[in-house]
Amino acid sequence: MQTVFSIAVDALAYGMVLFVISIGLSVTMGLMRVVNLAHGAFAMIGGYIASYAARDLGLGYAAAVIAAVVATIIIAIPLERFLYRRIYGAPELTQVLMTIGITFCVIGIANYAMGPTLKTIPLAGALQGSADLGFRTIPVHRLFVILCGLAVALALWFAIERTSFGVKLRASVDDAAMAAALGVRTEIIYAVSFAVAVGLAAFGGVVGAELLPVEPYYALRYMVTFLVVVSVGGAGSIPGALIACLLLGAIDTTGRYLMPEFGEFFFYLAVIAIICVFPRGLAGRVK
Amino acid sequence: MKKLVFAAVAAVAIGTSAYADPIKVGVIGPFSGPFALQGKNFKAGIDAYMAVNGNTVGSDTVEIVYRDVPQPDPAQSKALAQELIVKEKVQYLAGFYFTPDAMAVTPILKQGNVPMVIMNAATSAIVTKSPLVVRTSFTTWQTSTPIAKVAFDAGVKKVISVVSDYGPGVDAENAFKAGFEKAGGQVVEAIRMPLATNDFSPIMQRIKDSGAQGVFAFLPSGPTTLGFVKAYNENGLKAAGIKFFAPGDLTQESDLPALGDAALGIQTTFHYAVSHDSPENKAFVEAATKAIGNKAELSFPAVSAYDGMYVIYKMIEATGGKQDAEKAVDAVKGLAWASPRGPVSIDPESRHITQNIYLREVAKSDDGTYINKEIQTFEKQGDPGLAAAK
Repeated sequence: MQTVFSIAVDALAYGMVLFVISIGLSVTMGLMRVVNLAHGAFAMIGGYIASYAARDLGLGYAAAVIAAVVATIIIAIPLERFLYRRIYGAPELTQVLMTIGITFCVIGIANYAMGPTLKTIPLAGALQGSADLGFRTIPVHRLFVILCGLAVALALWFAIERTSFGVKLRASVDDAAMAAALGVRTEIIYAVSFAVAVGLAAFGGVVGAELLPVEPYYALRYMVTFLVVVSVGGAGSIPGALIACLLLGAIDTTGRYLMPEFGEFFFYLAVIAIICVFPRGLAGRVK
Repeated sequence: MKKLVFAAVAAVAIGTSAYADPIKVGVIGPFSGPFALQGKNFKAGIDAYMAVNGNTVGSDTVEIVYRDVPQPDPAQSKALAQELIVKEKVQYLAGFYFTPDAMAVTPILKQGNVPMVIMNAATSAIVTKSPLVVRTSFTTWQTSTPIAKVAFDAGVKKVISVVSDYGPGVDAENAFKAGFEKAGGQVVEAIRMPLATNDFSPIMQRIKDSGAQGVFAFLPSGPTTLGFVKAYNENGLKAAGIKFFAPGDLTQESDLPALGDAALGIQTTFHYAVSHDSPENKAFVEAATKAIGNKAELSFPAVSAYDGMYVIYKMIEATGGKQDAEKAVDAVKGLAWASPRGPVSIDPESRHITQNIYLREVAKSDDGTYINKEIQTFEKQGDPGLAAAK
C-alpha cells in the first residue's frame, strides 16, 4: 500500500512538471494553430535568464522567475513581429521548418554565449530540502511545482473560458476574417496570446529546471516529450493537457518503478493506444 | 579571378613542396552538438601538448586535422576516417569519444597503414579488434572495479546497482558486481534505467525499498547525472545513510559547479582528477586552461588527448616520420612515462594504458570551487575487462 501511495505522489509531481512545461505549447498549437517547435528553446532561454539572474546578479528565486518570464517575452516580441506573423495560417510544414530553424539558432547562440556546461538555478531557502509526508519524504520543490501547475491550469482556464479576451481569442482562431469584421483586433490578440505562451514556456523552463536541467541542447532533448503531451491531451485544451500529463506521468512513473528495464516502452505504448482511440487527443475539438 | 587564385594556390603548393610534407594526424571526435564539450577537451589536450612540446618531431612538422562526429555514428566515423586516410593522407588517427565510432574504424587501419590512438572510447574490446589500436584513456571496467573494494571496506555488504541502460552502463554493472562479489559482498538488485530518464524519484524509492546499504551508480555525465544526484539527496537517501558509490564519470569536473553542495562527500574512483597534485599536472592544467579558455570546462578527455599526443610523438620519433603503422605501434608497447595523471605505461599485450586509479571525494577547495580530492591510490591498474571477456 505504501508503495502505491509512493508511486502516486511521484506520478503527481512528475505529471505536474510536465504540465507546467508543456502547457504553453498547447496554447500555441491549439489556439493559434502554430506548430511551435521552438517552444523548448523559449523554455531554455527562460532557464538561462533565471540562472544568470540568480547566480550572477544575486537576485532571489522569485525575482529570478519574474525576470526570466518578462525577459523571455521581450526577446520573443521581435521574433513574433518579424518571423511568426508570417507563418500564422501557413501549412504545417512551413511552420515546422521555420520553428526548428529558430530552435537551432537559439541552441547555437546559447552554446556560444553561456557555454556548454549545465546551469542551475539556486532555489529559495524555503524550497530546498525535503518534506516528510509520513510514509516517505519528497523534495519541497516538487510540492511547489504541483501548486504552480494547479495555479497555471486554473488561471488559463479562467482566461480562455470566462473572460472577454478568451472569447475574442477563440473567435479569432475559429474565423479570423469574421472576427476582424466584428471589430476584434486579431493581430493584437495573436501577439498577446503568443506572449502568454512564451511566458508560460519560460516559467515552465525555470520551475522545471530541477528535473530538466538547463543546457544548450535542452531545446531539442525534450521536444518529443512536449509534443507527446500536447497531442495526447488535445491541442489547446487546458483540462485535456492536465489529464494527459497526470496520466502519462502515472504510467511513466509506475513503469519506471516496477520495470525500469522496459525503458519508455509503457509510456509510448500508452501514447499509441490513446492516439488510436482519440486521434485528436483526449479533449481535442473537432475542427 | 578564378585563374589568379588557382595560380596563387599552385605557386604556394610548389613553394612548399621543397620542404618535407607535414605529418598529419586525423582527430575524430564530437566537436559540435550535445557532446561538444568533450571534443573541446580533446582539442585542449592536443593544443596543450603541442604548446609545451612544440609542433615538430625531429625535422618533421606535425599537423592536426579535425573531423566532427557530433553523436555516436559509426558510419559517419568510418567515412571520415577513410577520407582522412585517402584524401588528407594522415599517418595517424586519434580521438574517438564513443565506442561505436572507434569500432567502425578498426577494420580499415591495416589497409590504410595507420595506427589508431584512442583518446576516450572506454569499452574493453576495442583493442582486440585490430593490433594497430593503442588506448590512452581508460575503460569502464578499469575505473569501476576499485570502487567495489572501497564499498566493501567501508563496511557495506549489500549494494544495489543502478546504471543507465547502454553499453558502458552494463560494463560498469558487470565490473562492480564481479569486484564486489569477489570481495564477499552481495549485489541485491541490478536496475537498468532508460537513458532518457528525467525523473529519478521512483528509482530512489526502489533503492530504499531494496534494503541495500549502498548504491552503485553509473550514468553518462551531463544533465542526467545532475538529476540523479539531486534525487539521491532530496528523496532522503543520503539522510537515511545509504552510501553512494560510482566511477568518476558522475563527478566530472565540468559538472561539479552545477552539482554544487549536492555532490559534497560523494566518493568516486577514476584515473584523473584536475586537482591531482604533481608538477606534471600543474604544467598540464596551466597549458590546457590556456587552450580551452575556461578552467571550469576542463575535464578528463583532455588528459587522455594529451597523453595520446605523447604516444603519437613517440611513434613519429621511432619511425623517423615514415608511414609504418606496425613499427610505430611496436615502438610504444611497454612505453612508460610520467603523465599528468601519475605514472602510466602501455601494456605490451593489450596496448591499453596501465595507470593508477584514485579514490576521490568531492570537496570544496580553498578558493570555493568544487574539486575531486584524491584520498586513496590503487596503483598500476590494468584492464580487468579483457580478462573477464576471455
